[in-house]
Amino acid sequence: MSEMIDPFIKALDQVEQTGPAWLDALRKQGAQDYRTLALPHVKLEQWKYTNLKDLRGAEIAAADAALLDALPATLPDLDAYRLVLVNGRFDADLSDLGGLSDKALVKGLEQALEDGDIETLGGGFEDAALVSLSDALLRDGAFIRIKRGHMLDKPIHLVILSVGSDKLTASHPRIVIDMQDGASATVIETHMGANDSAVVSLPVSEVTVAEKARLGHYKQQLDNAQSYHLAHSAVTVAEGATYDSFVLQLGGKLARCDVRCLIDGAHADVRVNGAYHAGNGQHVDNTSFIDHAAPDAKSAENFRGVLDGDGRGVFQGKILVRQIAQGTDGQQMNRALLLSEKAEIDSKPELEIYADDVKCSHGATAGDMDEDQLFYLMARGIDADTARKLLIQAFLFDVLNEIDYAPAREIFHDAIAAKLGEIA
Amino acid sequence: MAATTETIEQVKELGGGDKYKHGFVTDIEMEFAPKGLNEDIVRFISAKKEEPEWLLEWRLKAFERWKTMPEPDWAKLDVPPIDYNDIYYFAAPKRDEDKPQSLDEVDPKLLETYAKLGIPLKEQEVLAGVAGAPTVAVDAVFDSVSVATTYRKTLEEKGIIFCSISEAVHTHPELVKKYLGSVVPYSDNKHACLNSAVFTDGSFVYIPKGVRCPMELSTYFRINAENTGQFERTLIVADEGSYVSYLEGCTAPQRDENQLHAAVVELVTLDDAEIKYSTVQNWYPGDEEGRGGIYNFVTKRGACRGRNSKISWTQVETGSAITWKYPSCILQGDNSVGEFYSVAITNNRQQADTGTKMIHLGKNTRSKIISKGISAGRSQQTYRGLVRMSPKAESARNYTQCDSLLIGDQCGAHTTPYIESRNASAKVEHEATTSKISEDQLFYCLQRGMSEEDAVSLIVNGFCKEVMQTLPMEFAVEAQKLIGISLEGSVG
Amino acid sequence: MSLLEIKDLQATVGEKQILKGLNLTLRPGEVHAIMGPNGAGKSTLGYSLAGRDGYEVTGGSVTFDGKDLLEMDPSERANEGLFLAFQYPVEIPGVAGTTFLKHALNAKRRHHGEEELDGLEFVKFLRGKAKELGMNDEMLKRPVNVGFSGGEKKRNETLQMSVLEPKLAVLDETDSGLDIDALRVVADGVNRLRSPDRAILVITHYQRLLDYLVPDFVHVLADGKIVKSGDKSLALELEEKGYAEFVSAA
Repeated sequence: MSEMIDPFIKALDQVEQTGPAWLDALRKQGAQDYRTLALPHVKLEQWKYTNLKDLRGAEIAAADAALLDALPATLPDLDAYRLVLVNGRFDADLSDLGGLSDKALVKGLEQALEDGDIETLGGGFEDAALVSLSDALLRDGAFIRIKRGHMLDKPIHLVILSVGSDKLTASHPRIVIDMQDGASATVIETHMGANDSAVVSLPVSEVTVAEKARLGHYKQQLDNAQSYHLAHSAVTVAEGATYDSFVLQLGGKLARCDVRCLIDGAHADVRVNGAYHAGNGQHVDNTSFIDHAAPDAKSAENFRGVLDGDGRGVFQGKILVRQIAQGTDGQQMNRALLLSEKAEIDSKPELEIYADDVKCSHGATAGDMDEDQLFYLMARGIDADTARKLLIQAFLFDVLNEIDYAPAREIFHDAIAAKLGEIA
Repeated sequence: MAATTETIEQVKELGGGDKYKHGFVTDIEMEFAPKGLNEDIVRFISAKKEEPEWLLEWRLKAFERWKTMPEPDWAKLDVPPIDYNDIYYFAAPKRDEDKPQSLDEVDPKLLETYAKLGIPLKEQEVLAGVAGAPTVAVDAVFDSVSVATTYRKTLEEKGIIFCSISEAVHTHPELVKKYLGSVVPYSDNKHACLNSAVFTDGSFVYIPKGVRCPMELSTYFRINAENTGQFERTLIVADEGSYVSYLEGCTAPQRDENQLHAAVVELVTLDDAEIKYSTVQNWYPGDEEGRGGIYNFVTKRGACRGRNSKISWTQVETGSAITWKYPSCILQGDNSVGEFYSVAITNNRQQADTGTKMIHLGKNTRSKIISKGISAGRSQQTYRGLVRMSPKAESARNYTQCDSLLIGDQCGAHTTPYIESRNASAKVEHEATTSKISEDQLFYCLQRGMSEEDAVSLIVNGFCKEVMQTLPMEFAVEAQKLIGISLEGSVG
Repeated sequence: MSLLEIKDLQATVGEKQILKGLNLTLRPGEVHAIMGPNGAGKSTLGYSLAGRDGYEVTGGSVTFDGKDLLEMDPSERANEGLFLAFQYPVEIPGVAGTTFLKHALNAKRRHHGEEELDGLEFVKFLRGKAKELGMNDEMLKRPVNVGFSGGEKKRNETLQMSVLEPKLAVLDETDSGLDIDALRVVADGVNRLRSPDRAILVITHYQRLLDYLVPDFVHVLADGKIVKSGDKSLALELEEKGYAEFVSAA
C-alpha cells in the first residue's frame, strides 16, 4: 500500500509571516507539531470511535476569502450584535456591531492582532494535531473581550459561514473570547454552509472566563451534510466564574466538537451540555474533558442524542478531579435514542479521581424510546408515527432546558424542529 | 446466601495482626527447569508433560507470536519492565514422578501449608470427621503443578471430570483439543500468549449433559518458589443443561521481588447450562512501600454458546501488587445471561485495572455488572469495562452499576466504561458514582462506640454487600475477613 | 456527685463562636430540658458533648462521671455511657440494624471488661427491647435507617438507647418531624429508661415533648449561654411568651 499524503501537509508550506514575533513562533511551532502528529487516526484512544479515513487521502485546498452578498435566508434572526466570518475571515459588511459599548471589544481577530489587543494565543490542548494545524495557519477569526465588570446589553451572534467550491476547501477560524473579572455576556454561535459544497471547517476557540465573570456560550452546528466539522474549544474558568454552555449538533457528514474545560479557580460553576441528531450518512462526536484543578467547583454535563438511519453518535466525556480539587461536584450523563437497525452509539464516560472529598457520578443509557410513554400517547388517540415524532423531539427539547438564556433555547428548538420535521 | 454477621466478628479477631497472613514459605524439595524463556523451555514443559504433538505445536505458535507482540499499554497501570528471562517457568515439588493419587499421599508439608492457609480444603475437616463440614472438591496447584484433586470418586460417578489439565490432555484429549483456546485464542494478548506457550497446569472440568454438580469445585493456587512465574490454565465446559459452581483462591509467600502470574481461564456453556465462577484473589500485594508482590495479569473469558445459558463471575480482589484482569462474557446463545460481580480493594501502593466485557451477540441476551471499588493508601484503581450490543442482539439488556469509594486523599479511583450499541431494541444503562466514606456514617458508628477500623470495615462491607451476597458461603466468610484486613492502616 | 458538669463551655463551628460560656450540672436520675430559639447553640451543645469533628471546644471543661469528657474520642465517650440521639439519624445502606447494634453493644461490653454477646444471645436480647418499642423483626433486619420514615428513625434511635443503656442520654430535637402518636411512642420509650442512675438531657425547641417527658429542670439557652433556669413551669412560660425577651437580651 502506498503511503497516503497527509491532506494538510501542503497547506503548511504557506504559513503566514505577518503579525508580532510571538505569533510567528506559534505558527512555526504549530507547523512543526502537526508534521510530527499528523492527521489523527483510530489507534489514538481519543479518536477510537471517529475515523477520519475519508479525509486522509483527500485533496484539500485552502478556502478563499469568499465574498458573500447576503446572509443565508435560514440564519435565525436574533436581536444581537452580529459578527460574521466567511471561510474563517471577518466580513465587516455582513456584520452588525453598531451601538457596542466601549467596554466591549468585538471585532475580527486579524484586526485585534493589528490593534495589539492580544498578547498571546494558543495552549489549552496537548497532542491535538488539528489545533497545531490551526496554530500554523492562524490568521483571522473572531475576537470578543468584555471588560472588567461590564454586562453586555445584548447577546453576540457569531455567524461562521463556509462557502465551498468545486474543491474540498478548509477554513480555520480562530475564536477568542475573553471575559474579564466580573464581566457578563452571552455568545451564540451558528455554524453553517452558505452553499451545498463540501467543506472542512476547523474552528478553534480559546475562551477565558475570569474571576466572577459569567459567559453563556451556545453553539449550533448546522453545516451541510457533505461537510466536515472538527471543532476544538479550550475554556479556562477562574474562581467564582460561571460558564454555561451548550452544543447542538445537527449538521455535517462527520462532525466533532471537542471541549476542554480547565477549572482553575474555586467555586467555579461549569455546565457543558448538548444535544445531537445524526441521520443517514452522519457521524456526530461530542468529546469533552473537564479538568477540576481547584477545590469546591461544580461541573455538570448533560447530553442527549438521537441516532437514525445509519447515523452514528459518539460521546466521550472525561472528568478529571485532581488531588487539590477537594469538594468537587461533578456529574455527567449521556442518553441516546437509537431509532433504526443501523444506528449506533458509542459512549465512553470516564472519571479519573484523585481527591477523596468528592461527589462524582456519570451515567449513560442507550436504547429505544419508552414504550409506556408511547402507549400512553396512543391511548389518548395520537397515531403511532406522530407519537414517536413527538417523543423523539421531546427527548431532545428536554435537554434544552439546561440553557440559561431563553432566546437561545428558542432558536435551538426551531433548529431541531426544522431538521426532524414539524409535527402536525 | 450471604455471609452472616458472625463473620464480621472474625474480621475483628484478625484485626490485631497487620501482616499478610499467607506470607510464609513452605520448604519443600523442588525441581526447576532453568530460568529464562525460549523455545527449549516450551519444549521442555511439553515433554515433561508428555504432551501430544498438536499441543506442542500450539505452544510453539503461541511462543512465536509472543515474541513479536507488544505489552498491553492501554491500562491505567504503571508496570515496570518485566525481565522474562529472570523467571522460572517450571517449578514442581520433587515428587512429580509419582503423583499423589489421594490426599493421603500428598507430602504432609503441603497439607500443612494448606492447613495454615485455611483454604477451602474443607475436605480436611471431612476427613477428620468434623460433622457438618461443607463438601468442596479441590484441585490444588502448587507453583507449577496440580498436587491433589479431591473427591474424584464421587464426581466420577456422575460423569463429572475434574482433574488437572495436564492429566486431561491424556485422558480426554478430544475435549481438550476441542475447547482449549476456543474462547481465549493464544494470540488474544501478550499475557495470554505467554500462558499458552508455557502453561504448566491448572484445572479441567467437564460437566456432562443434564448434570448438576453436587458440590462446589475449587482450585487453590499458590506460588511458593522464588522467581517463579505461575501460568495456570483452567478450562471448564458445561454441557447442555448442566450446572457447576467453581471457586478459585490464591496466595503467595511474602517476597521482596515481584512474581508474575499470567493465567488463562476459559469457560464454555452449552444450551441451558450455567457456570458460576468465584474468585477470592489474595496474592501477596507487596509491602507498605510497594516492594514485592504479584503481578496478576489474567485473561478470563466465558462463552455462552448455548441458548439460555449463563455465566456468572464473582471476584473479590484484595491482593497483588498489580492487577490486570477483565473476566468477560461472550453472549452468543439467544437468551443467554452474563454477570460480573466485583469487589476490588487496593491499599498502600497497589494498582488495579479491572473490569469486564459483555459482548452481546444473541437475541434477548442479558448482562449485569456490579462493581465496587475501594481505594485506600496510595493505591490507584480503575474500573474498565466494555458493553457491546451487536446488530443482532435484539432486545438485549445491560445494567451496569459501578461505585467507587475513596479512603484518604492520596489514592485514586477511576472509571472507564465503553458502551457501544448497534441495536435500537437493545437497552444499556450505566451508572457510576465516586465518593468517600461518609463522615456522617463514620461518626455515627464512632458515637455508638466502635473503633474507627471497625467502623470502616463495617461500612465497606455494607458498600460491597450486593457483591458479597453472590459468593458461595465458603468464600463469603474468608472474603469478608479479607476486606477488613486489606484496609488495615488505611484510616487514622 | 454530679454525672455531668459543664463549666464555662466555649465552642466554635468553623470560624464562628457558638457556645460562649455554658454552665450546666446534671446529677444521676435527673431529667433536664434545654430550650432555646433557633441558632442558640442547642445542637452544637449535643455535638460538642459527643465529640463531633468540626465542633471545636475552645474553652471550659466538661466532667463526665468524674472523667474529663473532652479528652476522649467519640467512641470512648459512647462507651463511657454518653448517648446522643441524633436529630437526623443517618442512613447506612447495606448494614443491617442488628449487625450495627451488636457491634455497638459488644464494643461497650469489651470496654467494660464484660463478655461479648454471641449472635443468638444478642438477637434474643434485641427482640425483647424492640418489642417494648413496637418494632418488628423486619425493621431490625433492614439496613440502618434506610427507607425509614421520620418516626421510624426516631424510634430506632430510642431502641439503640435502650440497648446501649447509657448513663447520660442527650436527645437532640427528638421531637422534630414527629406526629403526635410517634411522639408519644418515643417519649414512652424514653420514660421507660428513666432511672435513678441515669440522667437525660432533652434538647428541644418546643414544649410539647415535655408534656410527655416531664423534666426536673428547664434551662433556656440563648446566644451560647444558659440565660435562665427553672422547673417545668418555665417551659410552659416559654410556650406562652416565646423566646423574644431572651433573644433581645442576648
